[in-house]
Amino acid sequence: MKSENPIEVHTTWALTLVVIMTNVLGNLSLSRGMHQVGKIVSASPLDYVRVFANPWTVAGVCILVVWMIIDLALLSRADLSFVMPVTASAYVLIAIAGRFLLHDHISGVRWTGIVVITLGAVLVGETPVRTTKRRPEHLR
Amino acid sequence: MKWILVGIIGICNTLGEVLITAGMKRQGEVEKLDPQSLGHMVVRIFRNPLVLGGQAVLAVSFFALLSLLSISNVSFAVPATAISYLLETLLAKLVLKEDVAWRRWAGATLVTCGVALLQW
Repeated sequence: MKSENPIEVHTTWALTLVVIMTNVLGNLSLSRGMHQVGKIVSASPLDYVRVFANPWTVAGVCILVVWMIIDLALLSRADLSFVMPVTASAYVLIAIAGRFLLHDHISGVRWTGIVVITLGAVLVGETPVRTTKRRPEHLR
Repeated sequence: MKWILVGIIGICNTLGEVLITAGMKRQGEVEKLDPQSLGHMVVRIFRNPLVLGGQAVLAVSFFALLSLLSISNVSFAVPATAISYLLETLLAKLVLKEDVAWRRWAGATLVTCGVALLQW
């Protein structure tokens, strides 16, 4: 296991938190928009264009674009097997936001799921952010 | 229809994330996080076939997710991607040569189970 520079690790963790927050806000906004638009399972591109007339959907897509860029920066610095389970805490926050903002009912089984995901994310969060070697400058 | 979309999302998510991670590691670490450095990163991605290929595969997954969100609740649609966590951990070890310690396997397994439990 290689030693990690604490400043670089802090930056990687900050990126991880931004990835989680933009994922939560983007998905909540997108979900609200898609429910306002109504059912579409279609091969016609026009049906998907119609989706972009809804402001919640547009806001959701914009936030998810930011999420995508920050996620790419994160994946340039950290392991995929670190990033995926840790950013899964977004599910926990989406469920809790649904409970308190949209007054969704959360059953006992779903609370169990929330606790289990949190345990998994914490467990992976205790491993080093990166285990592979950096690519030498001249080969980039 | 619901489960066909879930299958497409699971497979495309895994493949897309692995391609993108391989591409971003090859491109090199983004060290500074100011808008200029991030812009430079995005410009370089347009010459990076691994990341572009990964994004194309994720785009398929994204449109499948939009369809799924329109015929089911977010509480079904988002957790349905759970299986990707174990697949991605496996490919991270085999393809990306990451050091997947027991904590990561245990964590990925817990996350997969937890996300599946959220469907109830």
